[in-house]
Amino acid sequence: MRHTISILVANQAGELSRIVGLFSGRGYNIDTISVGKTLDPKLSRATIVTIGNETTVEQIVKQCSQLTRVREVRVVAAPHIEREMALIDVNAKSGVERQEILNLVGIFRAKVVDMSHDKIVLEASGNSDKVDTFIELLKPFGVNDVTRTGCVAINRLSPFEKIEDDTEEFLTKSL
Amino acid sequence: MNNPAVSESFAARTATVVSPALDLTQQPTLRGAEILIRSLIENGVDTVFGLPGGAVLHIYDEIWRYRDQINHYLVRHEQGAVHAAEGYARASGKVGVALVTSGPGATNAVTGIATAYMDSVPLVVITGQVPTGVIGTDAFQEVNTFGITMPIVKHNYLVRDVRDLAAVVNEAFYIAKSGKPGPVVIDIPKDVSAQMCTYTEFEQTSFSFQKPERPIDSDAINCAVEKILQAKSPIFYVGGGIVTADASKELLRFVERLQLPVTPTLMGIGGFPTTHPLSLGMLGMHGTFAANMSVSESDLLIAIGVRFDDRVTGKLATFAPQAEIIHIDIDPSNIGKNKKPHFSLVADAKNALRAMAENLESRETKEIESSKALRADWWKQIEEWQKAAPLSCEYSESEIKPQMVIEELYQVTKGEAIIVTDVGQHQMWAAQFYPFKRSRQWLTSGGLGTMGFGLPAAIGAQLACPNKRVVAVVGDGGFQMTNQEIITAIQYRIPLKVLIMNNGCLGMVRQWQEMFYDRAYSEVDLSISPDFVKLAEAYGAKGLRAQKPSELTAVLEEGLNNDDVVIMDIVVTKEENVFPIIPAGQDTRNMILK
Repeated sequence: MRHTISILVANQAGELSRIVGLFSGRGYNIDTISVGKTLDPKLSRATIVTIGNETTVEQIVKQCSQLTRVREVRVVAAPHIEREMALIDVNAKSGVERQEILNLVGIFRAKVVDMSHDKIVLEASGNSDKVDTFIELLKPFGVNDVTRTGCVAINRLSPFEKIEDDTEEFLTKSL
Repeated sequence: MNNPAVSESFAARTATVVSPALDLTQQPTLRGAEILIRSLIENGVDTVFGLPGGAVLHIYDEIWRYRDQINHYLVRHEQGAVHAAEGYARASGKVGVALVTSGPGATNAVTGIATAYMDSVPLVVITGQVPTGVIGTDAFQEVNTFGITMPIVKHNYLVRDVRDLAAVVNEAFYIAKSGKPGPVVIDIPKDVSAQMCTYTEFEQTSFSFQKPERPIDSDAINCAVEKILQAKSPIFYVGGGIVTADASKELLRFVERLQLPVTPTLMGIGGFPTTHPLSLGMLGMHGTFAANMSVSESDLLIAIGVRFDDRVTGKLATFAPQAEIIHIDIDPSNIGKNKKPHFSLVADAKNALRAMAENLESRETKEIESSKALRADWWKQIEEWQKAAPLSCEYSESEIKPQMVIEELYQVTKGEAIIVTDVGQHQMWAAQFYPFKRSRQWLTSGGLGTMGFGLPAAIGAQLACPNKRVVAVVGDGGFQMTNQEIITAIQYRIPLKVLIMNNGCLGMVRQWQEMFYDRAYSEVDLSISPDFVKLAEAYGAKGLRAQKPSELTAVLEEGLNNDDVVIMDIVVTKEENVFPIIPAGQDTRNMILK
């Protein structure tokens, strides 16, 4: 099972390494990880996508919350938005190829960020599946390089319904 | 030899005992090293174990100036410093402190730090580091202490700014002893200990997520007590959490009222008196037949301050197969880590047990009595198991049996001594054959299983408890890993008593090779060893030896009833096995009794 875990941690040297070390030391898997500052500059948010069963995820949450500098650990289970970004260097040797690629760019709402006589660099964002599909469709042209960010996530605003999710409720409480 | 410059400066320094008094009215400007020492003193530290080196020279300069307030014990190897600090912490419940230099000083300390981590012992370990300007350049005696120790500490720091130092030390002590205790490492670069800074007492860290203590959920307590009252065959499985939380009285109060059987883990020994009629003795791999059978047949397992360690459970799937499990622990990550409980509570063992006892006391006597009556058959069954296979050994006229040594040690020390052990067969025999009366009377490396722990830890324990007799029970293998610390005991006149159970081999490994590897005794023979009596004498200690059963009592009495440093070399049967044994990863049915 794929889970997105959101960790609020002190923005201090070594703290990310502590979290990553905990994952490797206890044999948990990190699929993607992305980290950045939050509104409060003293705090960073790490978003980790991991593969594991319920028990593993429960352990990850508990173990991470034991770290001194971790303030909050949450499994993103309520309705939420996930985004990942990719920069893709793809061949575009002829006018026809270039036109086809631009079609795909339009469909996937991607962006052209650089161009030369025979190549284009594209920027795409969306959930993991969308980015995967986009890269897959570009492969026939010859993809030279791909750089992907990890996943970031935020809860949906859901103005009309109260979020009731047992899993999230339980995990937040158990901290 | 005759260097007047050195001796003059030495004399000059000796003459000026500075030891500045703590002036609370002013905020003086001090160098980092002095801020460190003052912060230690403010946190109640008067005992430090350590060994100096280049990166901690400033700190040792202050250790010298503050020598009338901080007793520093110079060890001969940094592993000894950390084990001694652990012994001190385990015996007293206070935070132990060790001070070592950078590079090899820090890596030598790693075994001790990991030992403390696995057994949740509160420690603050201060390591020197190369100056901040050269960190990362592979400077002389540089290692990444922060990175190396990260997986084996509760928390660690690399202090890059002297202005953070006081707050870091205060927070380190808080972290080390709060919640589930553990070791905290403070790595201090040399220039940080030299820099000047204004010092404010008890500065709070600007950035600490102190997790508030949760109140005890009285509904949960009530639910647990209800379950216990209705159980026909319950058993208490208690561990190091009882000792750490100082919850012995509360545990006793609860189980005595309902007459419930109790089995401690290796780390829980002493947390419940072994001599008490409700105690079934230790459970697990080398636990008693009665304790293991009771857990296997129980309908309710009340697990408090334990983590369902593999040495306790064996095969997890068949551990307490019919029991409903109540798990109470202070560490939420322990709950459900190995075995999923049916009912759990994250709480300090003392608070939880007190609430349980109070809940019980609010109930009518009739209810209590009818609950007790439910368990008449259960106790009959337990007594049968106890009679069927009590712990025993075959006595011999010609050879000293290791179990006899522990029984005799119990007699000579009247059951009052603090026993500190290494790891291996002697450790299990000590756990089985020395009935312990109180918490912190039994100090052993349980989780990490560190050979060489016993001797230095006994030094620390003796300093923590100067009025108690402390005995290090070690094997001839582990003894040779840290015996250099005998000289530390001699130097500070610490009445260290070391009892070597000398079987001329690495006994536990030999036992496994005998039982599971067709007696292929691969690299376990230690028959070529130094003469331990002469070794003791070389250190200036008293060396005694017993080779025959008739000599045993006299040697123990001569060795233990004085304040000398004594090494007792007790030559015991070589091929003696620890029984019962449940082979690793198997269940109780596979228990081998003889």
